[in-house]
Amino acid sequence: MIDMADNKITLSKSDRFMVCLRSTFWQASWNYERMQNGGYAFAMIPAIKKLYKEKADQIAALKRHMEFFNTHPYVASPIVGVTLALEQEKANGAAVDDAAIQGVKVGMMGPLAGIGDPVFWFTLRPILGAMCASIAMDGNMLGPIMFFLLWNILRFGFMWYTQEFGYKVGSQITENLSGSLLTNITRGASILGMFVLGALVQRWVSIKFAPVVSSIQLSKGAYIEWDQLPAGGEGIKTAIQQFSSGMALEPVKVTTLQNNLDALIPGLVPLLLTLLCMWLLKKGISPIVIILALFAVGIGAHLIGLM
Amino acid sequence: MGTLTLIGIIIVSLLAGMESVMDEFEFHQPILACSLIGIVAGDPVPCIILGGTLQMIALGWANIGAAVAPDAALASVASAIILIQGGQGVAGIPTAIGIAIPLAVAGLFTTMIVRTLSVPIVHMMDGAAEKGSFAAIEFWQIVAVLMQGARIAIPAVALCFIPAEVVQAGLQSIPEWLTTGMAIGGGMVVAVGYAMVINMIANKETWAFLILGFCVAALTEITLISLGAIAMAMVMIYLHLSENGGGNGGSGNGGSKDPIGDILDDY
Repeated sequence: MIDMADNKITLSKSDRFMVCLRSTFWQASWNYERMQNGGYAFAMIPAIKKLYKEKADQIAALKRHMEFFNTHPYVASPIVGVTLALEQEKANGAAVDDAAIQGVKVGMMGPLAGIGDPVFWFTLRPILGAMCASIAMDGNMLGPIMFFLLWNILRFGFMWYTQEFGYKVGSQITENLSGSLLTNITRGASILGMFVLGALVQRWVSIKFAPVVSSIQLSKGAYIEWDQLPAGGEGIKTAIQQFSSGMALEPVKVTTLQNNLDALIPGLVPLLLTLLCMWLLKKGISPIVIILALFAVGIGAHLIGLM
Repeated sequence: MGTLTLIGIIIVSLLAGMESVMDEFEFHQPILACSLIGIVAGDPVPCIILGGTLQMIALGWANIGAAVAPDAALASVASAIILIQGGQGVAGIPTAIGIAIPLAVAGLFTTMIVRTLSVPIVHMMDGAAEKGSFAAIEFWQIVAVLMQGARIAIPAVALCFIPAEVVQAGLQSIPEWLTTGMAIGGGMVVAVGYAMVINMIANKETWAFLILGFCVAALTEITLISLGAIAMAMVMIYLHLSENGGGNGGSGNGGSKDPIGDILDDY
């Protein structure tokens, strides 16, 4: 008993870190047959080399991890952590059979993908992407730099922390994961996401209706009479004084359809368009078809003078 | 186009192609792919703006399960190269976006082909596992990802060899009504990305926050970053309240996930 404990093979922190680094190539050989199986085996190689000295055991371990696997690439890390703990027990003589390891992997990949996809692909990336894109759209290099740094710090931090967590709690992780913490992260992320999406719809979906609803000739004194202004700097000063006292720039007050809509609720049409897109997507229409249709609408509306 | 620029474009397009399947460093996202093309080509500003604009469109494009998203990598790399070759600078951006969308569809098909070609590759890895050959598994894993890289790098290099004059003549032959129309369309298509994301995360509990975000955003003085901070604060308040609020529900079973449901039940 004491001898066994002394000879126990354990994965060092640097072994685990190597596995985590290799997880970068998790989806490199993503394929339609067994999806992330190549990535799983590839990432496990440092651990397999360390844990198993017999060629037959190494081969068995490699084949174990060449089985079908698919989840969100980052939430694979806690599963890898658990697998590392199980492989370590197995290497030390515990009765962990292939089916148990397979069972843990398959049992965790579904529920975890259910967290990874909404949190990373549908909340964090769109929000970070939109914030940095709004900076980049001014031609500011800070946009892409911020996106790259923040995303990768968050990503690698998450992968390393959760892999260690999985390794430490081992197969009890499923109980921990169903706890309130992860539910709250998912809930919190979707609330954050919805708020920012509401803001994005208002700010970045741009639709301008060109048609003029009314053009009214203003009475004298309600607009700046540019040809009556004094010459030189004095004229500019007078113009600014008149403008800030509320006089219009043009003698004709033009109200476009857009002005009327903005007076109602700014961004109402973008919101309606977004709701329409959501409905079309739910009907199973491909996003690319909708995008192409919107380009066609844009061109058509411009030709008839609507936008 | 100089040799150094060409090498830079090959590296950037390889990275974009590899990331289009790996989804780790995110070099395939327009904000990074377009900007990097701009930097190696020595004309960053229009490409950064293009990247930001395309990023807004591509926000909701994500690989979910076995479903593959429109390909941001080919769309970004190719449209940025065309923008550079066209020499119109910022003015060429609406056209570049119009070109990027069909390229995203074309890219979708090429990545599906490569993902199918990866099946024989993992069969080679099976063979390597059978022999216990670690090096062979590592080799095939890298071959697989280089195939994805080449998927973007080959068309990128091909585009570089089309003379700039040909690209410019092609772009200039596009009539004004078409480019303006595409710019108007480009303002609307971002809604599709948002709609995809909203469809994924919306539920009864979170709808109210979309409305709040929409109304608060109309106050133009608030930057997007402050909006994010307001949202974070609301999340913290909301989660805190919904956790502690469950206690006075009377049942004492430690909080309900559906506060509105509780109120309705009380009636």
